[in-house]
Amino acid sequence: MMEFKSNKGIFQQIADSICERILLGELAPEDKVQSVRQLASQLGVNQNTIMRTFLELQHSNIVENRRGIGYFVTKDAPDTIREMRKEEFTKDILPGFLQQVKLLRITKTELEPLFNQLKENEDENK
Amino acid sequence: MITINNLSFAYKKQKPLFNELSLNERTGQIIGLLGKNGAGKTTLLQLISGLLTPKSGQIDINGLNPINHAPVLLEQIYFVPEEFIMPSVKMHSYVNGYASFYPRFDKALFNELIKQFELDENKNLSKMSHGQKKKFRIAFALASKCQLIVLDEPTNGLDIPSKAIFRQMVAGALEDDQTVIISTHQVKDVETLIDKILLIDNGQIIFDESIINLSERYNFKIVSHLPEHTLYSELNPMGYKVLTPSDGETSEVDIELLFNAINDGVKFNNEKPNHE
Repeated sequence: MMEFKSNKGIFQQIADSICERILLGELAPEDKVQSVRQLASQLGVNQNTIMRTFLELQHSNIVENRRGIGYFVTKDAPDTIREMRKEEFTKDILPGFLQQVKLLRITKTELEPLFNQLKENEDENK
Repeated sequence: MITINNLSFAYKKQKPLFNELSLNERTGQIIGLLGKNGAGKTTLLQLISGLLTPKSGQIDINGLNPINHAPVLLEQIYFVPEEFIMPSVKMHSYVNGYASFYPRFDKALFNELIKQFELDENKNLSKMSHGQKKKFRIAFALASKCQLIVLDEPTNGLDIPSKAIFRQMVAGALEDDQTVIISTHQVKDVETLIDKILLIDNGQIIFDESIINLSERYNFKIVSHLPEHTLYSELNPMGYKVLTPSDGETSEVDIELLFNAINDGVKFNNEKPNHE
């Protein structure tokens, strides 16, 4: 599990953590997400904020509302999240990373062993 | 629904505390009432709860004036003061007696809440510590299921683990038709819990905004250099804590920084920035 301290709005932070659980496989497509009340009471966050989280996730097609039963993870949620996160990665994370590399004068040779680990990723995608 | 129109109030031989204060709050929110010492937070809560009589103006709670003390309204308001004295009775006898004033009182919920707060039902209320008494009153308030729950500095005196439990309880126990007003100086204790901020100063509501709007319209962050459009900043070990208009991302609201910015005279417009 990656650790992060986010400065985003609370509803956004909760949405991010649900997405994280979907990517990690803790929540699979077709799974029911905890109810608004359960999440509110678990996190100590107001129910309207959690509602907002679900509306946001629903808008991005990550969860769907089955009336009267609750919110469920959509079939395509993992792919959808990956697409969204990739954009975020290039826009928000990569520039900071590259700046650090520059500041610390890290060379390509030093980075290579780290990038080699990514080969596993490529094998998985095949 | 809470409606206040042109409320004025003064304590005897003192200058007016409220002067034509007006307010309109819909049902189903958790409202954070903030203000400096002596701004009148407690007085406003007492007026809303029918414990004080306004000099002029109207207060209307779900269509009724609290000062008439109509039982149908009183059974829907529960007020937890900041300081109070408890009678020398065991908790369970107090609950057996007073719960009957509140038709929606949920005994199962009450039992669950005192379990979470680690309180003992067989203990004499007057022999409990201040923090324990407070936890008891908070548990009673939530179990009452009243439509209006008023909490004056609820986290004062609570130990550190109880503050998180408090947030979980309030967030989890509320129904759609319940409204909670929390007055506090301990903004960190309620930051994730409240829907909106009401700020009183000089006898007026000077700020009234939902947390979601604030988190969409402004950025609260720590930076090493002051950005161009800084509305307000404070020194911080890492550089500056700054308040700026939103850059399109949502931001976690730092209520302390917001409060200081308002006090410093920063004007907040209610327009949504255009960057959709």
